[in-house]
Amino acid sequence: MLKDITIGQFFPGKSIIHRLDSRFKIILDVAYVVMLFIAGNFYSLALAGVFMVFVYLLSGISFKLIFKSLKPILPIILITCLLNLFFISGEGEPLVQLGFIHIYMEGITTSIFMTVRIIFLIVGMSLLTYTTSPIALTDAIERLFSPLKKLHFPVHELAMMMTIALRFIPTLIEETDKIMSAQKARGANLDTGGLIKKAKALIPVLIPLFVSAFKRANELALAMECRCYRGGDGRTRMKQLKSGVKDYIALIITAAMFAAVILLNIYIPIFGL
Amino acid sequence: MNVIELKNVTYKYSAGTPFESVAVDDVSVSIEKGEFCGIIGHTGSGKSTLIQHLNGLIKPTSGEVLIDGKNIWDKDVDIRNIRFKVGLVFQYSEHQLFEETVYKDIAFGPKNMGLSEEEIDKRVHEAAENMGLSAELLERSPFDLSGGQKRRAALAGVIAMNPEILILDEPAAGLDPIGREKVLSKISDYHKKYGTTILLVSHSMEDIVKYAEKVLVMNKGKIFCHEETDKVFAKQDEIIKIGLDVPQITKIIMKLREKGINLGNDIYTVERAKERILEYLDKGTIC
Ligand SMILES: Nc1ncnc2c1ncn2[C@@H]1O[C@H](COP(=O)(O)OP(=O)(O)OP(=O)(O)O)[C@@H](O)[C@H]1O
Ligand SMILES: [Mg+2]
Repeated sequence: MLKDITIGQFFPGKSIIHRLDSRFKIILDVAYVVMLFIAGNFYSLALAGVFMVFVYLLSGISFKLIFKSLKPILPIILITCLLNLFFISGEGEPLVQLGFIHIYMEGITTSIFMTVRIIFLIVGMSLLTYTTSPIALTDAIERLFSPLKKLHFPVHELAMMMTIALRFIPTLIEETDKIMSAQKARGANLDTGGLIKKAKALIPVLIPLFVSAFKRANELALAMECRCYRGGDGRTRMKQLKSGVKDYIALIITAAMFAAVILLNIYIPIFGL
Repeated sequence: MNVIELKNVTYKYSAGTPFESVAVDDVSVSIEKGEFCGIIGHTGSGKSTLIQHLNGLIKPTSGEVLIDGKNIWDKDVDIRNIRFKVGLVFQYSEHQLFEETVYKDIAFGPKNMGLSEEEIDKRVHEAAENMGLSAELLERSPFDLSGGQKRRAALAGVIAMNPEILILDEPAAGLDPIGREKVLSKISDYHKKYGTTILLVSHSMEDIVKYAEKVLVMNKGKIFCHEETDKVFAKQDEIIKIGLDVPQITKIIMKLREKGINLGNDIYTVERAKERILEYLDKGTIC
């Protein structure tokens, strides 16, 4: 059951999106998020959506996966949708009036607009981790933030911590599954009961998990020291990040989209928001 | 009577996804009451997956699992009762220890069964004794024990539930020879004392030969054979063909046969080899 979570997972592939320089991918992804927030009407939002579908098609990631990634955040999407629906008031007569609930036309449009925006946001950001290996991702983050080193910000250490954390997520999930099975075999009741009972029932799972995580951390630290690891100074990399023509093309396309979104905002009257 | 019966059990991991893999493939087998059965098979042959079906941790993709003649996935069966009846000890079972003291950890299973305080106390002491843990160890933290002691404490935690069937996944893995011997002989003693049905997964032929009455050989998710130890090792050549090892002494006897000295193909203990070699030498002098 723990294995069903797809957010943050990496799906190896050879598509053009997979092969883009991870530094560019991060920058372009941030640009896309900004684009979504700038988009002020349905036309510009639709354009951003079309752009996203286009990139997904290029990446060869199946659309089924998109629905899977949305499943865990469904509650957030629903709450946004309902809050906007009930609490936005507009001019003119409300469309529906039930006791204290008033629904206006403006409420409906804003609610749809916000929901679509959140969905695009999640789906767009997922694409980054779907198509970029964790190692490439942390490498890129380290490089992008390296100017901060001048301010004595521990960029390399943070990137290393991220790499290690990402590396151990699958291991820990597997281990949790195993320990849960072992305790269930001793009659532990992990699925039923109220909240407090459930939390209590987790103790037999969490304690062994922490014990082994600490042990693992200890062993890893020792192994790293044995190989003379002493931080980032003067370290070279096995895989160098290289940017090429395709990265600049991606940059230009995204910039064009950005401009188009702004133009659509200006020339088509804003409604809803 | 058959306490365990599997009927055409198939299990697929990640069924319905591109990662689908068949771990257990159309397995049908029955285990008799009181049987001490060794399970061998090369790595990835589906042993661990198979045994997790027996206490309902895994639901077969297709097929039936019957314990005492009753399908455990019937609606009127409480799966927790099955888990108390079929004790399962996992590979590296010491990872399940979590309580402050060994005593409390062993008591975890019996407590889940809803037994009275006195009964729990009785069972904890009995289980600890059966696994060779002294009373003084019971008050220690489980994390302060040696590897072998931890393993036996974890075993005691399952045995304290007095299961009718005890299944052990490589209980001796990763221990030194003395630790191995101690764990396995405690299990064997337990079997003799209570007549519990035991399934023992092991990679070591020597151990299986020494303790098991019957052997179940798995190969690529299927059952290769399930027979008395004697009969299984008579198939030495086939067993080697599916990538398994035979006891070292059997290998020596096989080499001797290649050189023209045939001592028989039912030799898998050093004692029997000694008898046959002496017999052979006696005959040799007569001729
Ligand atoms: N959680 C899992 N998800 C997907 N596949 C799995 C999982 N666990 C096991 N498998 C696969 O199922 C098959 C059988 O595995 P299993 O653990 O039952 O083998 P085993 O005989 O116990 O091996 P070993 O002797 O190494 O313990 C293997 O091919 C393995 O890759
Ligand atoms: Mg196994």
